[in-house]
Amino acid sequence: MNTRTPGQRLLIALPYLWLLVLFLAPFLIVLKISLSDLAVSRPPYTPQIDLSEGWAGLKDFFANLDFENYIFLAEDSLYINAYLSSLKIAAVSTFITLLIGYAIAYALARAPRRWRPTLVMLVILPFWTSFLIRVYAWIGILKTEGLLNQALLSIGLIAEPLQIMNTTTAVYIGIVYSYLPFMILPIYATLEKMDESLLEAAADLGSSRFAAFFLVTLPLSLPGIIAGCFLVFIPAIGEFVIPDLLGGSDTLMIGKTLWVEFFNNRDWPLASAVATLLLLLLIVPIVLFQRQQMKQEIGG
Amino acid sequence: MTLPFAPWADPAAEPLIDLRNVTKRFGAFEAVRDLSLTIHEREFFAILGPSGCGKTTLMRMLAGFETPNEGQILLDGQDLTPIPPAKRPVNMMFQSYALFPHLTVEKNIAFGLKREGIPKDEIADRVTDIMRLVQLTDFARRKPDQLSGGQRQRVALARALVKRPKLLLLDEPLGALDKKLRQETQFELMNIQETLGTTFVIVTHDQEEAMTVSSRIAVMRAGELAQVATPTDLYERPETRFVADFIGEVTVLEGRVTTASRGGVGLAAMEDAPDLRVMTEDTPPAGTTAWLALRPEKVSISAARPDGADNALSGKVLDIAYLGNISTYHVELANGTIIKAQESNRQRADRRGITWEDTVWVTWEEDAGVLLRA
Repeated sequence: MNTRTPGQRLLIALPYLWLLVLFLAPFLIVLKISLSDLAVSRPPYTPQIDLSEGWAGLKDFFANLDFENYIFLAEDSLYINAYLSSLKIAAVSTFITLLIGYAIAYALARAPRRWRPTLVMLVILPFWTSFLIRVYAWIGILKTEGLLNQALLSIGLIAEPLQIMNTTTAVYIGIVYSYLPFMILPIYATLEKMDESLLEAAADLGSSRFAAFFLVTLPLSLPGIIAGCFLVFIPAIGEFVIPDLLGGSDTLMIGKTLWVEFFNNRDWPLASAVATLLLLLLIVPIVLFQRQQMKQEIGG
Repeated sequence: MTLPFAPWADPAAEPLIDLRNVTKRFGAFEAVRDLSLTIHEREFFAILGPSGCGKTTLMRMLAGFETPNEGQILLDGQDLTPIPPAKRPVNMMFQSYALFPHLTVEKNIAFGLKREGIPKDEIADRVTDIMRLVQLTDFARRKPDQLSGGQRQRVALARALVKRPKLLLLDEPLGALDKKLRQETQFELMNIQETLGTTFVIVTHDQEEAMTVSSRIAVMRAGELAQVATPTDLYERPETRFVADFIGEVTVLEGRVTTASRGGVGLAAMEDAPDLRVMTEDTPPAGTTAWLALRPEKVSISAARPDGADNALSGKVLDIAYLGNISTYHVELANGTIIKAQESNRQRADRRGITWEDTVWVTWEEDAGVLLRA
């Protein structure tokens, strides 16, 4: 029966209200600003809704909205490059995170059962410290006179300090480090529940350990791999803190561009257009991810 | 006339599997202790025992997942010990079936053949044939989680058999099935084994299953073989109290041998009762302790003392287990010993007129039981 008590209706309405107030409304405001023009005023854009003029004012307001900022974004290669560069950096870091994360998840899943909770705890442990502080800490490690260079110099592996700080390499290191737990945990979850007799069956049927990994372990951990990749890729695209603190001026990422437009150039309309496009860009992988999760739930 | 299948009785026959003084230790625990056993080609061999007796370890050594600490395992005269599981002409059907959940029935079955590098056409033919044999043709494209327990069991069987192993190991193959399906599947297994002529070794804790399917049964206890015999011998001629008790229902009466003559003894099993007359070929000397193992179906129950019975004792009915086709009566003797007597309900049980607390007579012939010395 499809009849619900008022209490049930309220309960269902709450999350929708939450999304409406805290997600949809702000988004509509940003969308509106992105269609406005830059102006020396407070707030720094026109038109603004003037309800004192009634219906005519509203009509006037809508007439003044245009796609100028979007056209500008499409024409200036800086923004397209920033989007593409973000995609590339996110994709490469996701791949590196996958390689390292899979190895760690595999080791965790194969560790003696009584150690596993402790080891998983160690993976989560960094979350107890602020993300920002952990990224700052990398400056101390990576800078020219930092820990890494000192260590490498002292053991004589290098003669000159390496320039890692303020390069894209530092951004990769930062992203891989920061998002590694998001890769490890879903992969570990799939590997840990895998029936070990499947590997014995593969061996019994004539597979080497190597073949058994690629024919059994890897396909069975695919849901974890997909989940982990999305969990790293989606936030990495819009990442701002890591490229800002670790990357140099040559590191182009859309999150940083957005920041510059908002706070340095004070061009709210253009920044809003960048943000809107970023959101659209992210919606695609998010929808794909959701679908994958749904499939998992139905299948599993 | 064909001779009965009994290669183990022929001293000249070369065994397929020859275990020689095999010992397997896990730390200080000896799972299998100095065990020697031969299994012949085309046998349906059962390894039976309570949990923890070492039967699974023994099977895993045959498959190659465990290596013996001492001793040798020969297959066709060749030492298997250094050969990894992937290279052995031995396949295993796992207790959990261990079907690959991401592959269809067809691909699960073809998995082992692909690893061998067999041409595609031949793989397709062999997979089709085996699917027909185990009646899975209609389910070729299904994934394991879309199958019933019985179907999964058949996929596991087909996947192992399609490799045409010299030896097929079955680890509690029917444990996950309900009773009715289990009985059907037992006969299916026997038919398949007869059709293909593959040597089967089955590990089970279900004595009924072992009795039904196998040519010979090895009963294991604490890492050692208690007895290896055909189902009939195991049931009718157990060598120890453990085997007698483990296979089927039994009443064991302990007594002292009073008179020993060729072919029979007198056994003083209880006070205030005449010695029991027991026929045996292997007569123990007088004065030693021996045990009489009596199967319930060889003991009769009656309200009045029958004439001419070799052994007759009087007691009180303590319990009646009515199983439909048979009824088992637990009769308590004056000294507290309980003897089980079984009657087939060819006539309706309620017409027998024996009920709880009735005083009855239990009787059996002198050749009904087995005299055990251990």
